[in-house]
Amino acid sequence: MLSKRIIPCLDVAHGRVVKGVQFVDIIDAGDPVEAAIKYDEQGADELTFLDIRASHESRDTLYHMVTEVAEHVFMPLTVGGGVKALKDIEGLLHAGADKISINTAAIFNPELVKEAAERFGSSTIVVAVDAKNVGNHWECFTHGGRKPTGINAVEWAKRMSDYGAGEILLTSMDADGTKEGYDIPLTHAVSDAISANVVASGGVGTLEHLAEGLRDGKADAVLAASIFHFGTFTIAEAKAYLAEQGIPVRQV
Amino acid sequence: MSKLALIDYGMGNLHSVAKALEKVGTDVDLVKDADALKGYERVVLPGVGAFRDCMTALKETGLDTAITEQLKQGMPFLGICLGMQALMTASHEFGLYQGLNIIPGAVKHFPESHPERGFKIPHMGWNDVAFAAGKPIHPVLAPLQNQQVYYVHSYYCTPENPEHMLAASSYGDYPFACAIGRDNIVAVQFHPEKSQKAGLAMLESFVNWNPS
Repeated sequence: MLSKRIIPCLDVAHGRVVKGVQFVDIIDAGDPVEAAIKYDEQGADELTFLDIRASHESRDTLYHMVTEVAEHVFMPLTVGGGVKALKDIEGLLHAGADKISINTAAIFNPELVKEAAERFGSSTIVVAVDAKNVGNHWECFTHGGRKPTGINAVEWAKRMSDYGAGEILLTSMDADGTKEGYDIPLTHAVSDAISANVVASGGVGTLEHLAEGLRDGKADAVLAASIFHFGTFTIAEAKAYLAEQGIPVRQV
Repeated sequence: MSKLALIDYGMGNLHSVAKALEKVGTDVDLVKDADALKGYERVVLPGVGAFRDCMTALKETGLDTAITEQLKQGMPFLGICLGMQALMTASHEFGLYQGLNIIPGAVKHFPESHPERGFKIPHMGWNDVAFAAGKPIHPVLAPLQNQQVYYVHSYYCTPENPEHMLAASSYGDYPFACAIGRDNIVAVQFHPEKSQKAGLAMLESFVNWNPS
């Protein structure tokens, strides 16, 4: 049976992990390779790296980091942040990434997603959707939730899936950082509407939240950052809990 | 020269397959040239992309004939994902295209997705490798017992001869061949190079495999 995936997310800047990874036995908390190895040992199903200060100048640093990580861990790697053109995708894939997450560039240039899926395959292309509740529906926002786009988030996710994105990384800007759980109605609405896989993101504070995202939100995978970084829970603890709840997960 | 040829037909990302093989202690040469294949001890055909493009590239370079010839000579072969599908007689991906016809059978598409039932295409994520009860487990696949491996695919192989089916998996209500082979040939639908310890163990057993 296909397992639901647990994906730790690492924010990086200038090739270093930021927003603190605090494993007890880690020597250098900012080292992406060390963090990746730690998550690999814990049985993470995938890793996602988001370059939060992506700039033209820092591209080579990011490629170098991805190459380093890919030499040490043998699991799917998603990389995002500042992806604007096919050559960015090609560069990251060549460095060793398996999936590339496109965010703002998809809003400004939806055709990029179509071209990228045709050229590199649907399973390689992830579209990150940052959604906010605006009363009777959810709207896409850019710039970390500051700029509204006027685009209906569920319809947008459907369009991106139809354009060939194999996965939607769905972040609730309302839930993000609250530790009160995923936006379940949003996750459920998108999961039911699209053919692409849905990765729920934003708001995890407890293991129960992971179960809710997978069971009630019908997500295919759950992404979390702080609960794993700060050692609140290990991936193994998360999987043991989910298995108890009857959710299929891969035990390592 | 190293002993393992990793076929480079100009598509997909060879990086991770090469790194994983190196991790288990083998030197890897990327081989683009049909004539060069002869000198190697074993061969890996990876694959990402579309069946048609893969077969076109193999034909243009003459690698299709070279691979077929070496497999007849008994060279141990590992096909991964599209590299497994290429062994079949034909594929229905974007029309009907001929494969290498080393394992008789067709490559078919999963049925349409049903998001409301959680059935999505591509089949992406960690899933089982199941072995038929009472049948000996192929030595290359032995490390995968009770392990899940990483899959990303929309098409699957349907070998005509049940003897060629080495392991099965299923997605939703659909069972499919996740490993096929005969004699010196083994091929898998999943990505051992992305399947952490279990995948590396399988690659290691392939590089040490001496089919008689």
